[in-house]
Amino acid sequence: MPRMSYAEAARQAIAEEMRRDANVWAVGEDLGRGGVFGQYKGLVEEFGPERIADAPISEACIMGAAVGAAMMGTRPIVELRFSDFALCAVDELVNQAAKARFMFGGQGRVPLVVREPIGMWRSSAAQHSQSLEGWYTHIPGLVVIAPATPADNKGLLKSAIRCDDPVVYLEHKNLWPLEGEVPGGEHLVEIGKARVVRGGQDVTIVTWSAMVHTCLAAADALAKDKISAEVIDLRSLWPWDKAAVLASVAKTGRLLVAHEAVRVGGFGAEIAATVAENAHDKLKAPIRRLGAPRAPISYAPNLEDAVRVKPEQIVQAAREMLRD
Amino acid sequence: MLRIRAFEEAALAGFEQKLVLGAIHPSIGQEAVAVGVCSNLDPADILLSTHRGHGHTIAKGADTLAMMRELFGREGGTCHGKGGSMHIADFKVGMLGANGVVGANILIAVGAAHAIRLKKAREIVTCIFGDGAINRGPFLEGLNWAGVWKLPILFVCEDNGFAATTRTRAMTSGEGPAARAESLGIPATTVDGNDVLAVDEAVRRLTGEIRAGAGPRFLLCKTYRLTGHTGADPAGYRSKDEVEAAWKGDPVARLRDLLATAGVEAGEIAELEREARAEIAAAFDAAKASPLPLLERAFADVQDVGDPRREAF
Repeated sequence: MPRMSYAEAARQAIAEEMRRDANVWAVGEDLGRGGVFGQYKGLVEEFGPERIADAPISEACIMGAAVGAAMMGTRPIVELRFSDFALCAVDELVNQAAKARFMFGGQGRVPLVVREPIGMWRSSAAQHSQSLEGWYTHIPGLVVIAPATPADNKGLLKSAIRCDDPVVYLEHKNLWPLEGEVPGGEHLVEIGKARVVRGGQDVTIVTWSAMVHTCLAAADALAKDKISAEVIDLRSLWPWDKAAVLASVAKTGRLLVAHEAVRVGGFGAEIAATVAENAHDKLKAPIRRLGAPRAPISYAPNLEDAVRVKPEQIVQAAREMLRD
Repeated sequence: MLRIRAFEEAALAGFEQKLVLGAIHPSIGQEAVAVGVCSNLDPADILLSTHRGHGHTIAKGADTLAMMRELFGREGGTCHGKGGSMHIADFKVGMLGANGVVGANILIAVGAAHAIRLKKAREIVTCIFGDGAINRGPFLEGLNWAGVWKLPILFVCEDNGFAATTRTRAMTSGEGPAARAESLGIPATTVDGNDVLAVDEAVRRLTGEIRAGAGPRFLLCKTYRLTGHTGADPAGYRSKDEVEAAWKGDPVARLRDLLATAGVEAGEIAELEREARAEIAAAFDAAKASPLPLLERAFADVQDVGDPRREAF
């Protein structure tokens, strides 16, 4: 299998879908120069400035225009640079994109993908580091995806582009250079199917996005203690793979959810509640959730790290769950 | 214009009778804008409207029975009773939606025009918004975008003097809508929005320029909202004298005068009014007799992936 970076996998996904479907186009700031993270590199040369469209710094208009263009039958990929900036376009995403099909009684659809990179990355501080995926899961009409690997970034982005719903596509900035194997040929990943990244018997660790790699490091450490952790990468948060999580918890009897986002009101709470409601009789220990403290993200590295979920915390939580 | 007036009066009666359930924003007094604009649009042309959009929707060709059903929240409404007055749409006549958020339609309209450009199609887009919308960010972002891409779009500012229930000029710095459009490089024309012939003439010229590839154009139509902001608004913030004076400029009355001056018999005009009222009265009665929407519509058309009908929890 070819190896490539997470960023390159997404770039290939866009190129393949744009070759396949002339209605697909991308719009956002600086795309003609390859995008702020180089994730559109070379695309304008192949597809031209009409389909790899530079936009003014007008997040609301980028998003709102994409809604109108999608209702007219094109399939825009909306680049919002940082997920924090997507907050300038909340009306356009939440009130317009997510509602238009339903509110107008199914007369039209809004097939678009909103790429909004999330997460802590290189001292980017409070306005360039957030993980707000949980918000979007609360909005009927939206699909929410957060890929963790190059293979998934290619396969899920291709599926997102083909999806007729508005998709919020959350890549993690820290993963852009991550290398991994990506299946050749037509590689599509079904939206809504979790992936068991590592099998285990003693505790189920549910996670997504960059935290998958943190959890894998924790699982390695736990293995040295003869604790066998099963790590599940949800890959998409709406829809999310309840069946996979419940099946795993039925086996292990223990659920630990870990995410980079703030713990309070995070999507981990939804997972914990769902398991508590549906599998309480299988649980051998109280459910644990790990997430950021409810504080903004700092600039200085030591302060930034203070709100980061680290492998040691996951290891400690898992050990505590197995102590009884 | 007669059909729009009759529709709005019936809709207000429906509001009094609790058949129209949510807020309703009548366009009585603004009919000349709707008709003067839409008479220059082809069926395939795209229109985006506002929360005060019944008139625009009728002028674009929507069926008044389906619209009345929508206002009453009934099966057979244009949106299956899921949108209501503020979110009415009829895609088959190119009416891509009223919008409950002031100014939000500007960006969607710009995107529709952008799609037309991408597809190298011939249609044009018209976006109607109120004077209140010019103080929201989408006005700047959308007009700038349309200018940058030279999109085939006509912006129509329907200036009725009020942003909800506050006088817009008290809340607006600078010279107002036309000057703002001009500052973004979009040629602006100002007309008496209660003179249907003036609106028609201006829109014919502007849409001609847009169809010829000249890029976006801006039309400011000065009009007046003769009723309250909503069906429930007594509009006590303006004097009786002001409203009485405004009624003297009622665009429907002016149309009647215009037709009479042009030699149309009074009986013929009265017959047209009777026809309009009969059509709307029939729509009112049929809508009232229509059933509530099928319950399953509450969960239909949300999304394909993650459809609430399949996701049990």
